[in-house]
Amino acid sequence: MNAVALEVRNVIKTFNIEGGGTINAVDDVSFEVHSGEFVALVGPSGSGKTTMLSILAALLTPTSGQVLIDGQDMAKLNESKRVKLRRQKIGFTFQANNLIPFLTAQENVEFMLRLNGSANKAGRMRSAELLARLGLSDRLRNLPGQMSGGQQQRVAIARALIHNPAVVLADEPTASLDTERAYQVVETFANLIHENGRAGIMVTHDLRMCKYVDRVLQMRDGKLVQVIDDKYDIEVLAKGELPVAAIAQ
Amino acid sequence: MRLMKTFFLAFYLAIKEIVRNKGRFLLVSLVIALITLLVLFIAALGEGLADGNRQYVASLDAELIVFLEKSDYSISSSRLDTNTIRAVRRVEGVADAGPIYTSTSEIVSLEEPLKISMLAAEPDRPGMPPLIEGRTFRGGAASEAVIDEGVALRSGIKVGDEIEIRSTQGTEDEFFYLKVVGLVGKQSYFFQPTIFVPPATWEQMRPQPAADLRDTTPYPNIIAVKLADPAQIELVKERLQVQVSNIEVTDIETTINNIPGYSAQQSTVQTQGAFTLLIGILVIGGFFQIQVLQKVPQIGVLKAIGSSNGAVGLAAVMQIIVVTAIGVAIGGGLTYLFSLGFPPTIPLTFDGPRSLLAVIALLLIGPLGGMVSIIYAVRIEPLKALKLG
Repeated sequence: MNAVALEVRNVIKTFNIEGGGTINAVDDVSFEVHSGEFVALVGPSGSGKTTMLSILAALLTPTSGQVLIDGQDMAKLNESKRVKLRRQKIGFTFQANNLIPFLTAQENVEFMLRLNGSANKAGRMRSAELLARLGLSDRLRNLPGQMSGGQQQRVAIARALIHNPAVVLADEPTASLDTERAYQVVETFANLIHENGRAGIMVTHDLRMCKYVDRVLQMRDGKLVQVIDDKYDIEVLAKGELPVAAIAQ
Repeated sequence: MRLMKTFFLAFYLAIKEIVRNKGRFLLVSLVIALITLLVLFIAALGEGLADGNRQYVASLDAELIVFLEKSDYSISSSRLDTNTIRAVRRVEGVADAGPIYTSTSEIVSLEEPLKISMLAAEPDRPGMPPLIEGRTFRGGAASEAVIDEGVALRSGIKVGDEIEIRSTQGTEDEFFYLKVVGLVGKQSYFFQPTIFVPPATWEQMRPQPAADLRDTTPYPNIIAVKLADPAQIELVKERLQVQVSNIEVTDIETTINNIPGYSAQQSTVQTQGAFTLLIGILVIGGFFQIQVLQKVPQIGVLKAIGSSNGAVGLAAVMQIIVVTAIGVAIGGGLTYLFSLGFPPTIPLTFDGPRSLLAVIALLLIGPLGGMVSIIYAVRIEPLKALKLG
């Protein structure tokens, strides 16, 4: 097993509710993700998976507990260090509005290198290669508005990987895609994560997408209720032959 | 180093966005161009009107103006005794003093009679502007005149020409002939172009009631005083008031502000200019605010993937500066083109200090109007990228 890229220890995130009282959106969650491992974070809406992802992305500070990326405790970093960590160690894809609308596909990918001060000729070549790998070699100069949802999502994946981050976070990468495209996108994503040895975490409500992951973390009411790492169980889950609730019990 | 990186990143974002959304940004630039056109015209009008009124007084080679006591610094109601001029010249610190006689008249030896200010001053004394062509008139009651460029421009009269002046004296219209011997720069006074004549000639020619015709002594309205040391302005003013009887003394600035209607007119024009600028600020502010509101998720993504607040804010500032500068440039060009087509009779002055001030103000309204949107952009949370919070 590869080194631990991401470590989550007893993370709790408490929100105040309107009209008084508090709720634990994330309730004492602990897990690890290794380099080269692709993990799905699943659960019904309101289960706390997006909150969890925000904490992993250093966009939200947990009320208590620790998140370590590459062994670095995020709670100990100030805001500007967190911004730096985000651009160096983390790759992102979002549900929608993923790409900068006024940059071409290749410019969007290279923007990550630009942020890290490493946009050079080698970077250009690498971004072109990566986009070609994702089947977009004829789309390098297209603006996001000129591409389909699936193509945009693949550009986002290239952007999330180009700067060799330790952790890649994907928020519902298939939300706006049809099934066929969704499978394609997630499969390529999984392959790249495995090949390049990144720690990938995908938040999804679509259990069929779990087909390509190594482990499924299931959340409900803020708690991590189930971890499925058996290949056969994951397959069964992805085929939809067992409802999540059944597995959970 | 980090600052340079932020700068270049912001520049990259700002320029890429403008280039890829040319149409939208150009539209705002055009709005700014129109505001520029309006503001520059108002500024030119203000300058032109002011010039028409004060040009002669403002360009006097003097620091102090002597008025008749209790004349409230009004040139037309001030009329000084003839020996006042000698008394003023004797005061210590006064380098020179020249009497100025004002009146209005009409040149009738033209297809279209031209109303003019007829001023008298002594050659080579304060009050007589520097010649740019020809010579100055001889003393005494010589029938000679020096015209200003305003007269030349509107009438086509040249040095060497003879002009005919009509003047109402008592109940009769009297006609006088003058030879034009010299030309001075624009010396507009009381919205009219100017001719200069010797004081004795002026006394003969000026419109006056029948009762005044018997007295042939010219009485100056004011005296322009040039100081040996301009820094001693307060001291000499004090001395003049003590040593010379029946006078009040003030500086050029106050004299201009007391020209009838000058202050009222200028404050009107300035208020118009200020309000136009204010509208400009609101328009630009509104546009950039709406734009930023539309871009919230995009800015969220930029920040989530690791752009600093500084880079995002700076990019917004740069965009506003670029858009404003382009707009002002277009508006300035348009104004220049329009200005070529205006006849000299319309009081518009485009090359005055006020136009420069207006351009500076116009360049500032962009950043000023965009301030709210910039602050808003900087405050957007990267969490917006995740559709959470």
